[in-house]
Amino acid sequence: MVATVETRKPKLNLAGLTKSDYTGNPTTLCAGCGHNAISSQIINAAYELSIRPHEIIKLSGIGCSSKSPAYFLGKSHGFNSLHGRMPSLATGALVANRTLKAIGVSGDGDTASIGMGQFIHLLRRNVPLVYIIENNGVYGLTKGQFSATADKNQELKYAGLNPFMPVDIALEAIAANCGFVARSFAGDPKQVTELIKAALSFEGTAVLDIISPCVTFNNRDESTKSYGWGRDHREALHDVTFVPKYAEIQVEYEPGETTEVRLHDGSILVLKKLEREYDPTNRLAAIQLLEDARAKQVLATGLIYYSAAQASLQESEGLIERALAELQQSELRPAKESLETVLADFR
Amino acid sequence: MSEVLSLTRPKTVGEVVNDFSMMVATANGSGSQTSNLALVRALFRMGIPVSGKNLFPSNIQGLPTWYTIRASSSGHTARRDTVEILVAMNAPTFAEDLAGLASGGACFYADDLRLPMQRDDIVFYPMPIKELVKQASPPKELKDYIANMGYVGIVARLLEIELEAVRGALDTHFGGRQKPIEMNMGMIIRAAEWAEQNLEKRDPFRVARAHQTEGKILIEGNTAGALGAIYGGVSFASWYPITPASSFADAVREYLPKLRSDGQNGKNSFAVIQAEDEIAAIGMAIGAGWAGARAMTSTSGPGISLMAEFAGLAFFAEVPIVVWDIQRMGPSTGLPTRTSQGDLLFVRYLGHGDTKNVILLPGSVAECFEFGWRAFDLAERLQTPVFVLSDLDLGMNLWMSDPFEYPNAPMDRGKVLSEADLERLGQFARYRDIDGDGITYRTLPGNKHPLSAWFARGTGHNEQASYSERPDDWEQNLTRLMRKAETARQYVPHPVLSGSGTEQIGLIYYGSTESAVQEALERMEQGGLRLDGLRLRAVPFTGEVKEFIRSHEVVYVLEMNHDGQMHKLLQLEVPEFATKLRSVTHNNGIPLTARWIATALQTAEED
Repeated sequence: MVATVETRKPKLNLAGLTKSDYTGNPTTLCAGCGHNAISSQIINAAYELSIRPHEIIKLSGIGCSSKSPAYFLGKSHGFNSLHGRMPSLATGALVANRTLKAIGVSGDGDTASIGMGQFIHLLRRNVPLVYIIENNGVYGLTKGQFSATADKNQELKYAGLNPFMPVDIALEAIAANCGFVARSFAGDPKQVTELIKAALSFEGTAVLDIISPCVTFNNRDESTKSYGWGRDHREALHDVTFVPKYAEIQVEYEPGETTEVRLHDGSILVLKKLEREYDPTNRLAAIQLLEDARAKQVLATGLIYYSAAQASLQESEGLIERALAELQQSELRPAKESLETVLADFR
Repeated sequence: MSEVLSLTRPKTVGEVVNDFSMMVATANGSGSQTSNLALVRALFRMGIPVSGKNLFPSNIQGLPTWYTIRASSSGHTARRDTVEILVAMNAPTFAEDLAGLASGGACFYADDLRLPMQRDDIVFYPMPIKELVKQASPPKELKDYIANMGYVGIVARLLEIELEAVRGALDTHFGGRQKPIEMNMGMIIRAAEWAEQNLEKRDPFRVARAHQTEGKILIEGNTAGALGAIYGGVSFASWYPITPASSFADAVREYLPKLRSDGQNGKNSFAVIQAEDEIAAIGMAIGAGWAGARAMTSTSGPGISLMAEFAGLAFFAEVPIVVWDIQRMGPSTGLPTRTSQGDLLFVRYLGHGDTKNVILLPGSVAECFEFGWRAFDLAERLQTPVFVLSDLDLGMNLWMSDPFEYPNAPMDRGKVLSEADLERLGQFARYRDIDGDGITYRTLPGNKHPLSAWFARGTGHNEQASYSERPDDWEQNLTRLMRKAETARQYVPHPVLSGSGTEQIGLIYYGSTESAVQEALERMEQGGLRLDGLRLRAVPFTGEVKEFIRSHEVVYVLEMNHDGQMHKLLQLEVPEFATKLRSVTHNNGIPLTARWIATALQTAEED
């Protein structure tokens, strides 16, 4: 009898694709880097949502985090742009083609230092983009300088003592009227995946401030950006489960046990209550939560703030549904007669 | 009423008809622009070749501003050094303005200025502006505006500018809105009637209806460029407010909805976005250009400085965008309301490392329109940023022109592969030079074919657009980019030759100096100095440029910057003839005059 090797067929998603259709090049980041974990969750989220690779673009600035789009969604177009300038590039691309979904990956230096201006204006315009900050409090590629999210009085081998208060990216996002603000931890893959899925269904800028430890330069347990600190101080606000619009909610919850956040495309983010009551649609409560978290030195994770009130940039601009990039000459160039009419104004 | 309208009559001895330069001196923020434009457009409507130039301060209200209007029976529209008619409405500058008036000229002055009229070689005309305003009793907030209509009426009467032509000019200015037209015309007629009854004509200047503007238009270069961009199919324009470029974006915003509204159910097939700064403005344009839209931004020198890093990215990642630079005086903030051609070298090499940008140099409002659409074809053909260098004089002043010609070529969208193309080819490498011209094939985001994806980046890359630090990949890619920069010569507009082409002396120039140069060439010819002119319209240069330099003994290079930037570029480009090239520059913020050019070249020739 000839032995046969049973080959298991790879599992297909609703788009008929396997998970390997969503992978990218092998990572060149350090082994154990939080960013690699996030790349994996981006792959999982896109696969599980059955997004076709051509329907999504990936964008980044400069830094370790911004290199990572090469390591996921290899069949999607992408643009690794300039330090701190991904928001403007994303704005142009998503006006030119509003049919695309977009994931932007940035870091704490890329967002909270050089890119703070563009970040705030991205939110002000509410450009539909999943904006992930892989937040590790340190500059990795340039070997260990403090970033603007580094803890006050923290000491690093290269950079010495940091005398400044950290920028709280989630707080900045709420102040800038962002309608989807989440904080998570690279060491919590399930929460990261569910939040990314929900963010991809949000028609506006969705900010995911994900603590993503730098194992080389900033992973000592006393750092709020380390794995150890994250594990020990993490307090999930709720258990998050994303339910796409075409699926039934499978698990029965007790009444009052959950809050449902309904997203633009009909899908739902189910927030299952843990220790405390938390209403992510209350802006003041969200700010209070972040203040308390800082005072108590805890890492509060989950959907911190949600509001679908603001129009997206494409809505504000009154754009047609089609991609502007698709328009042909007959649609782009006004007719010959119109030139005579318009020049009559100048006679 | 009819007696105040001018009558056609033959020119008498000593009269100067349709030839003068008038300067209106006011304080800015007083609404004098409407009055001055009314005079310019009225002359234009009477068929008289005319141009208007605003010499304004970087200020909102109160500082002196001068507007010069030139009427020219020979059709010249450049600025002139001499002024024959002064309209003096601003006391602080009166003494200086009066001193600058040519002998035999006329000075119209607001009679409340109460300043010494210490010249006996000119004619003075008092204007009772305050009294006329009092009689007109306009709403308080409109008093200054109405006051300025006073000089329009008096000057029109004395120069015989037809009041119906003035009315037509106001009709254009106010877009046919009767209320402001009537209010302003009321004051103009009142003032003209006062002049008719109280002033005796004692100067030699007047106008008479001519037929030299028939079929022509009167337009600013920024509006012309914006219209050109629209006929070039612009879908995305981003900008940040800056003098003298803001009116470019204003015109894009004004005309895009009118010209591109068809069949979109009230939705827009375009977006014009005011960015938070020029860095974001160009970043947005690059994002849109990468995604496949025809994208542009418009700015001036300080904005160009901020755009440097992104310009290098667009050059290196090979993203088509169009950038208009309406040049003003630098370095630094410089003179925001004064003109210059000082950004040439900076823009040519904008970006760190070995960048070489394509530049278009419009020399007229018609070319602003033409390059407005052509720039997109070039950008998409070459997959690179294309810069259009206009300036404040061309961009913000009114120029006479033949009507613009509708684009005479279909849009060139360049080398873009569709799903079907990819299916047929069976392979794709974003930066592989298949045709040997340095221009590679691109795909757009949203392309459904599994082979289409590539990762744009400003980092070193190989043919597949993958990150690479390999020395051979770097060299190969940069060599190809330089090959592409050479290919650009085949696509850019050719220079324009004037003169016989057989003279010994040549003059190379570009941009807004065109009108002054043409007038200077005539002047010099009358004085016995004949030159061939070559007006450059693009960088890199086409073959004719080298040939022009080779075939002339001496070639002057005229431009409005201190260092002779085009002169330097030409020396780099044709080192074998570098010693033939002589730099002639003038750079004080004021447009060149024919007299200055002719004197400079005649003096140089005598030396």
